[in-house]
Amino acid sequence: MSISIQSIRKTFGTYKALDDISLEVPNGSLTALLGPSGSGKTTLLRIVAGLEFADDGPGKILFHGEDVSGIPAGKRGVGFVFQHYALFRHMTVAENIAFGLSVLPRGQRPAKTGIRDRVLELLRLVKLEGLEKRRPHELSGGQRQRVALARALAIRPKVLLLDEPFGALDAQVRKDLRRWLRVFHDEIGLTTLFVTHDQEEALELADQVVVMRNARVEQVGKPQAVYDQPRSPFVYEFLGNVNKLHEGRDARYVRPHEIEVLFAAECDPATDRLARVQHLFSAGPVATLSVRLDDGQFLDVELSRKQLDELALDVDDEIAVRF
Amino acid sequence: MSKRRVIPGFGLSLGFTITYLSLIILIPLAALFLKAGGAGWDEWAGLLTSPRVLAAAKLTFGASAAAAGVSVVFGLLVTWVLVRYEFPGRRLLDAMVDLPFALPTAVAGITLCAIYAPNGWVGEWLAKWGIQAAYNWTGVFIALTFIGFPFVVRTLQPVMEDLGREIEEAAATLGANRWQVFSRVVLPLLVPALITGFTLAFARAIGEYGSVIFISGNLPMKTEILPLLIVAQLEQFRYEGAAVIAAAMLIISFLLLFLINLLQRRLDWQNR
Repeated sequence: MSISIQSIRKTFGTYKALDDISLEVPNGSLTALLGPSGSGKTTLLRIVAGLEFADDGPGKILFHGEDVSGIPAGKRGVGFVFQHYALFRHMTVAENIAFGLSVLPRGQRPAKTGIRDRVLELLRLVKLEGLEKRRPHELSGGQRQRVALARALAIRPKVLLLDEPFGALDAQVRKDLRRWLRVFHDEIGLTTLFVTHDQEEALELADQVVVMRNARVEQVGKPQAVYDQPRSPFVYEFLGNVNKLHEGRDARYVRPHEIEVLFAAECDPATDRLARVQHLFSAGPVATLSVRLDDGQFLDVELSRKQLDELALDVDDEIAVRF
Repeated sequence: MSKRRVIPGFGLSLGFTITYLSLIILIPLAALFLKAGGAGWDEWAGLLTSPRVLAAAKLTFGASAAAAGVSVVFGLLVTWVLVRYEFPGRRLLDAMVDLPFALPTAVAGITLCAIYAPNGWVGEWLAKWGIQAAYNWTGVFIALTFIGFPFVVRTLQPVMEDLGREIEEAAATLGANRWQVFSRVVLPLLVPALITGFTLAFARAIGEYGSVIFISGNLPMKTEILPLLIVAQLEQFRYEGAAVIAAAMLIISFLLLFLINLLQRRLDWQNR
């Protein structure tokens, strides 16, 4: 089910949290709302969920063409996953997952066995078979997050909304869960909108990245498109490492991996510049050089270990850089 | 014995703790039981089975439990308002909750009596409906509610503040209506704190003297509380009798509190 966000504004007192946001989330896509803290991304997600309401005006939220702006969260049919899981700690895993079904009015509520089957099915889906009797505090962070996901999915939501879903997890679990979520999303095909401040996460996971800044949408596009053709210096700097070079009054942006390193003797003054190696970080598959250009500006350069070995570089060596 | 600890001062602080507890609690209690032990078995049995003492015990424990129960309900409501809503005068209201702690109990007692007596502001009005709110069980109950209520609010408040909005929002997105959010998510998480609040209010009410004796009227067999009987014994220089009633009260209170504590442990889901 597609989500259409139309001219949404939101102010808290005098603070503008969202300033005329319009956005299309295509059916079945995995879309990332990416931005620094305070950019309004979480507020937007909460308005889509119905946990917050936009300011009065022409602003609208449509699910598959249907206006849901006035419908409260509980009737909107959204699955919402909170950053800190928000599991009910007095309930078992099974009770947590079953919650959305057990609060249905008597007429619509599945029978006990129906609820049980659905819980077991969801536990299988999120790969937590056998943990139904545990309590949340007996689970790891990654497991809790998947319980939260299963709980959100139990009500068969029309769209899935995730608020910084991996924010509270440590690096390795984060990476694993991220890959898993991508595969998982492709299996269930549910339109998903998630908030993150981690550009790597957004670029790796999403079909569509929405870069937000200061209550506005800065750029929307496929991960590669926003990475390769940033529309503003902000997007350039926010998406991955970038060197900012001052050339007169202008600034020029160059990504560290786009820079070629040559021997100083090969320097072609038309395209290349001379530089001196200041630092060398070579732990890991990619080596990073910090070099000082002839005009005193610093530049980060990434190159493969193989290239580094071929060049046999050391600190204080003179080199040429081409970009 | 010479195990090294990360936090220094264990010996000193434990030593101080035991000395302090001994001086403040254990020695006086031991003296009480010693005194009570000086009374013979007959005196114990005679006193504790006398209809007057039994009636007072029934009133004290019954009204205390009822008052603590009511304090829990209204304490929950007041705490909810204080924690959940931002309104002018909230801090003032918050501070007012502590007044029953600070007020000399006799002042509270006299004030309550003046208000709830049949010729008082509220009592007059209640009397029109045929309700007598002083010099009977209801009067005792009102006084005990007054002094017990802050305990509930103050134990509940930090827990409720910690609860956070997220779990309620989670329940709401899953389709729970307001009542379901409260009854199935919020209330179960508050139960341990509510029990603690009940226990404190109950314990305080059992021992309460000053605020009750004015509004109760102290009619033998009807509105006498146990602490009053202790004072009555003392006034007749029957120290052992006073000690016997006090000791019995202590034992019953301790058993009740212990039972509530056990119940709470079983209910405390946060207990890792």
